[in-house]
Amino acid sequence: MEHWSLAKKGTLINVLFSLSAVFILIAGAIVGVDLIKFNFLFGVIIPYTAITIFILGIILQVIKWAKSPVPFHIPTVAGQQKSLPWIKSSKLESPSSTLGVIGRMLLEILFFRSLFRNTKSELKNGPRLVYGSNKYLWLGALVFHWSILVIFLRHFRFFMQPIPSFVLALQNLDGFFQIGLPVLYISDVLITLALLYLIFRRVADLKIRYISLASDYFPLFLILSIAVTGILMRYFDRVDIVKVKELAIGIFSFHPTVPDGIGVLFYIHLFLVCTLITYFPFSKLLHMPGIFLTPTRNLANNSRMVRHINPWNRPVRVHTYEEYEDEFRDKMKASGLPVEKE
Amino acid sequence: MAEKKLKPEELAGSIDYKPKQKDWLDPSVEFKHGVFNYGGSPKSVEYLQQPNPRKWQPTDPDWQLPENWKQIILEGLKDRLDRFRSLRIFMDICVRCGACADKCHFFIGSGDPKNMPVLRAELLRSIYRNDFTLAGKLFGKFSGSRELTIDVLKEWFYYFFQCTQCRRCSVFCPYGIDTAEITLLVRELLNLVGVNIDWIITPVANSFRTGNHLGIQPHGFKDSIDFAVDELESITGVRVEAPINKKGAEILFITPSADYFGTPHYYTLLGYLALFHEIGLDYTWSSYASEGGNFGSFVSHDLMKSLNAKMYAEAKRLGVKWIIGGECGHMWRVVHQYMDTLNGPADFLEVPVSPITGTRFENTKSTKMVHICEFTADLIKNNKIKLDKSRNDHRSITYHDPCNIARGLGLIEEPRYLIKNSCNNFFEMPDNTIKEQTFCCGSGAGLGTDENLEMRMRGGLPRANAVKYVKEKYGVNFLGCICAIDKATLPPLMDYWVGGVDVGGVHELVGNALIMKGEKERTTDLRGEPLAGDEKQNV
Repeated sequence: MEHWSLAKKGTLINVLFSLSAVFILIAGAIVGVDLIKFNFLFGVIIPYTAITIFILGIILQVIKWAKSPVPFHIPTVAGQQKSLPWIKSSKLESPSSTLGVIGRMLLEILFFRSLFRNTKSELKNGPRLVYGSNKYLWLGALVFHWSILVIFLRHFRFFMQPIPSFVLALQNLDGFFQIGLPVLYISDVLITLALLYLIFRRVADLKIRYISLASDYFPLFLILSIAVTGILMRYFDRVDIVKVKELAIGIFSFHPTVPDGIGVLFYIHLFLVCTLITYFPFSKLLHMPGIFLTPTRNLANNSRMVRHINPWNRPVRVHTYEEYEDEFRDKMKASGLPVEKE
Repeated sequence: MAEKKLKPEELAGSIDYKPKQKDWLDPSVEFKHGVFNYGGSPKSVEYLQQPNPRKWQPTDPDWQLPENWKQIILEGLKDRLDRFRSLRIFMDICVRCGACADKCHFFIGSGDPKNMPVLRAELLRSIYRNDFTLAGKLFGKFSGSRELTIDVLKEWFYYFFQCTQCRRCSVFCPYGIDTAEITLLVRELLNLVGVNIDWIITPVANSFRTGNHLGIQPHGFKDSIDFAVDELESITGVRVEAPINKKGAEILFITPSADYFGTPHYYTLLGYLALFHEIGLDYTWSSYASEGGNFGSFVSHDLMKSLNAKMYAEAKRLGVKWIIGGECGHMWRVVHQYMDTLNGPADFLEVPVSPITGTRFENTKSTKMVHICEFTADLIKNNKIKLDKSRNDHRSITYHDPCNIARGLGLIEEPRYLIKNSCNNFFEMPDNTIKEQTFCCGSGAGLGTDENLEMRMRGGLPRANAVKYVKEKYGVNFLGCICAIDKATLPPLMDYWVGGVDVGGVHELVGNALIMKGEKERTTDLRGEPLAGDEKQNV
């Protein structure tokens, strides 16, 4: 019991640490923009720095990964291999061709195939183990990631003039239900719900709570705060979109300007986004580029068909047949086993 | 010394999935008897020229490590990060979503939170973050970093020898993070300072010297094969040939040594002998490569390579055309995913073509080694052997997919095809416990010792429970499998949790059903147990 309360305390510290980090960031933006009027810092210098760190950080990290070779061919196979022609092989779960691997990776990246498998095991009296389907994590994660993508793409209307047609189409789709004015984006609702679920799950499930670090709560709170500030700006405390767009286009055309009269809410939002992308290359958020390189998923199950080369395959000590026969020759001869040397 | 053995209901009652330990970053393990393995014998460590041979036990307060052990481990970790992309990726991208948590048989059977695959990996990740990442240096404990201490090392030993490298978690992980890979690499690190277990290092030494993990010398090997030939004759009335070290044979056959020295493996051996005779296969056994299993693969990539080298070396010396491998789990992971890379190319061999059916095994065209189930399935499909299913009517069979076979090869339908063609009564266990979701026996990867029995029974609970389900529902009394470790460790597991279920190989079932030319009327199966019809006559 005592240990358990210690673990609980640990969770509380992790949650509070992450939450306060987000509040400090918000306070920083308010102080910086509202009081000290460092608008150029928050509107131009920090975004440029963050984008640079984000891009360079990811490139360097991917290079670091790529520099380590893949010595062995170790896909985790999840279906029937390709063997005899009359046995139906599983082309996506146990792909033997590059096309199959691409299919498997697409399923994984776009639809979280492996997470879809998730089960929940329960121990009942008997003992009797029961495995139930458990798709909530899959659903929460999928909704969250797809919403981020949609929201990210929607934001292109601020960076580009004229607004690309795919962005307009996406915007229409996202506002399909035509609720309210400005029209409510489904993705805004979904991302908030998904994030709340993911946070709830981390705290409510004792196992997950036990494994969760501050660095697991922080990105959730950070992204939630980004979503909330975005929603506030759109539906409640509207900012001057024309000026925001002027600033955004200025950044992306390398002619930065800081128009007057953009509310502080926008700067908070922008600062949180900058924090997120700066944090990205140094954190678990690296799962985004990393998933492409994971050797248990991106290799074909063709290990006996095609030889995989290990660039550092090094010599090892072996016990040769000659050494073996030298030790056991007499016994081999006595029992009638053939030998090389009489 | 030995603590009281837990009864099944006591053991089950002790499982609680609520984490009861304090913060996992605090290393604390207690080496209670029944849940760990003994330390490696200095003789074996020395014979293999591995570091730090000495007499030691995990319960010793002082593990007699080299003075600079920490430096050795951290440099070893750096070296492996540079050589294995898998390790780098798996260290960096885990999001701790916890999908793996209740997928591990050791977690399900123990409730110990550090047996959740995510935490098992975090035991290493916490050190990695501390010494190799910026976040670890900036945020310390908040980033989940901690310093490498003796207690952490002891914790590694405890938990990385409570993983059977079964890879079930990897199937459920959204990034495919493979705990088997992490476990093997941590065991490599531990081995650098002489921390290993005897039931791995001594079998490796034996395999290195005599060719097999039991240390059976060539004459002993020949004796047991000869004995099996006699025994098969007394059951079937047919005298078979079993050539050993025969140069110029077409095919080399390699199987785990337990097949000719252990029970119930032995009945599978009788099945092979009968089958090869019946189809007139030109093949040979080898006393030098008399072990399919590879205990090296439980401790280091280098030792895996050392032992595996014998297969191709012997195939070359004997001048065979290609190789067939017997029923085994991890042996096949090594053969399928490592052998060609480690010890290939096998350009002195030919692409395997069945001499009986003419089928070319395209799926093995580089490695040139065919799984016995692939080979036999092809025989049955082409009507080259006659099978009398009723000779297995005294058995109600279910099939356990060995971890490495299901998740390493994807060899899933072949053994089922053999069973369905050899038996009338076949019943699958529930979907979440078979095929790619199969549960480990709980004793793989070198953990199948008597001193580790409690942990094995815990780890084996999910498998046993699924068998119990089909036993109660369909009257299953035979658990078929194609893994030597399964055959050795499932019988005590069945006795503990289920009762009344025999364990045996698929080729034992094939051997029971196989109609041989010139055979006498069979009254017993290969175990000498009466067949179903005869049982009735006797009543």
